[in-house]
Amino acid sequence: MRWQTKEKAVERIVSAVGLFSVIVLLLIGFFLFKEAFFIFYKIGVMKVLFGMAWYPTYEPPEFGMFPLIMGTVAVTILTSLLAIPLGIATAVYIAEVAHHRVKEILKPVIEMLASFPSVVLGFFGMVVVAPILSNWLSPILSEHIPELLRSTGIPLLSTTVADFFYDKLFIASGLNISTAALMLTARAIPVISSIAEDALTAVPRTYREASYSLGAGKWDTIWRVVIPSSVSGLSVAVILGIGTIVGETMIVLMVAGGAAVIPYWIFDAARPMPAAIAAEMAEAPFRSLHYHALFGIGAILFLITFGLSLLSDFISKKYRSVRIGEKI
Amino acid sequence: MVAGKNIFELKDFSFYYGDFLAVKSVNLGIEARKITAIIGPSGCGKSTLLRSLNRMNDLILTSRVEGEVLFHGVDIYRKDTDVIELRKRVGMVFQKPNPFPSSVYENVCYGPRIRGIKKKSQLDEIVENALVRADLWKEVKDKLHESGMSLSGGQMQRLCIARSLAQEPEVLLFDEPTSALDPISTANIENLLQELRKTITIVIVTHNMQQAARISDYTAFMYLGELIEFGETDTIFVNPYNKLTEEYITGRFG
Repeated sequence: MRWQTKEKAVERIVSAVGLFSVIVLLLIGFFLFKEAFFIFYKIGVMKVLFGMAWYPTYEPPEFGMFPLIMGTVAVTILTSLLAIPLGIATAVYIAEVAHHRVKEILKPVIEMLASFPSVVLGFFGMVVVAPILSNWLSPILSEHIPELLRSTGIPLLSTTVADFFYDKLFIASGLNISTAALMLTARAIPVISSIAEDALTAVPRTYREASYSLGAGKWDTIWRVVIPSSVSGLSVAVILGIGTIVGETMIVLMVAGGAAVIPYWIFDAARPMPAAIAAEMAEAPFRSLHYHALFGIGAILFLITFGLSLLSDFISKKYRSVRIGEKI
Repeated sequence: MVAGKNIFELKDFSFYYGDFLAVKSVNLGIEARKITAIIGPSGCGKSTLLRSLNRMNDLILTSRVEGEVLFHGVDIYRKDTDVIELRKRVGMVFQKPNPFPSSVYENVCYGPRIRGIKKKSQLDEIVENALVRADLWKEVKDKLHESGMSLSGGQMQRLCIARSLAQEPEVLLFDEPTSALDPISTANIENLLQELRKTITIVIVTHNMQQAARISDYTAFMYLGELIEFGETDTIFVNPYNKLTEEYITGRFG
């Protein structure tokens, strides 16, 4: 065979394979929206998105997804509060503070944790964290501490604060959004910290040198130079971390409690969107309204995660063009 | 040379990268308010020597020093040295202009802010003074809040000089400050150094022998980690004592 022919053949095969996967993904996307369309068409966009009742198997059924959406929002906010600071702090520790031998061990370990099966995390949350919360933490917070506070007799502390502990920190079930947030944090930290660590390490050495030569210490250099100049990379880490939290299914399915109601407090149960799909798809009759509603949830979920990755792409592109424009 | 005039005094100073001896037992005095140039072929240890003067080499993990570097008579490699204070007094300008990716104003403010100066009027004054001293004020006074990266190469380098000057250093170390610049920017920087010499001590490492001859008062020639010859620039360039020095400055190797 002449080399041109060979060259052409290789080119064709590679592009065919590449195009095939793209087409398959596009078709899945198309299928998702096609199946989802029906529920919005039949029930109405506003009624689906902001409906307060999710009773897909009642007669007549109700498909208000708002509690599910709020479940995802609540879990995501709670997790972000924990995972973003912890993930960034871990990254700063590995990239800037840790001794290079510690770094050599810690960096791959953290990256490996990102591939920890989420079902194991969910299981751990179910059999370890949830019982600790309901059997151990709850009595301390809602019984012993209020008792102690009441016995002090100090105004406000013995009344209002004690009542708050008694009312609000009673954990009826360990399966709630806080447990879910804890487990999701374990899931998101490796994602956030490994991307953030790369962003911090990518800060040119010349910036650090300049900072040290001006008499800055390590912390000044980290706070005032390294973090500000990697802020876009850090934002990408945060956004992709949030994307992981939003899309994570197994953990919320196992430990979020599963109640399709809006969570108002950190110890309320919720049914985030991915959990609803995973829990109900098997029982929803093919092409029924319930089936289409679950696809509707999938479509919303897809739009959220798609939006997040678009955003992170936009930020990192902007970041790159700044770096190329650098005249150094 | 009178010893009392020396701001730096190196005594049997050696520097190791791991097992590699980069600077071999150097004895050298650096006179205050003069320009001392360190010349020599690549890899001769001249940058290493320069970076030893404000302990920038501390950032290299496996480095080790022997001997003493006296700054105002005190060894800067003593355990109780305040490295931050030292680097404030002995500033450094690098080969590649390395402004921070922030505004001109913020670049110059960096040092003062770290020292805890917060008052806007005080910072404004420091910034203006430093930029005037670095001969950059006229060019940037209308774009103080634009990115330092938007300046030309020569302007960026003068910005870096201004950033160091804002710390009111006694000594400025220049590590081949013009090797990335065009001839006109180089001439600007050289003029600036002549101006700065009136108030501060300058040590400059350069590849460019003409530059050393043009601007320096004293020249040190290093080769393979050793200080081969040190003396007044005129003497070194016109009538070198050592054969190696002569061969290097006449361009027979390098």
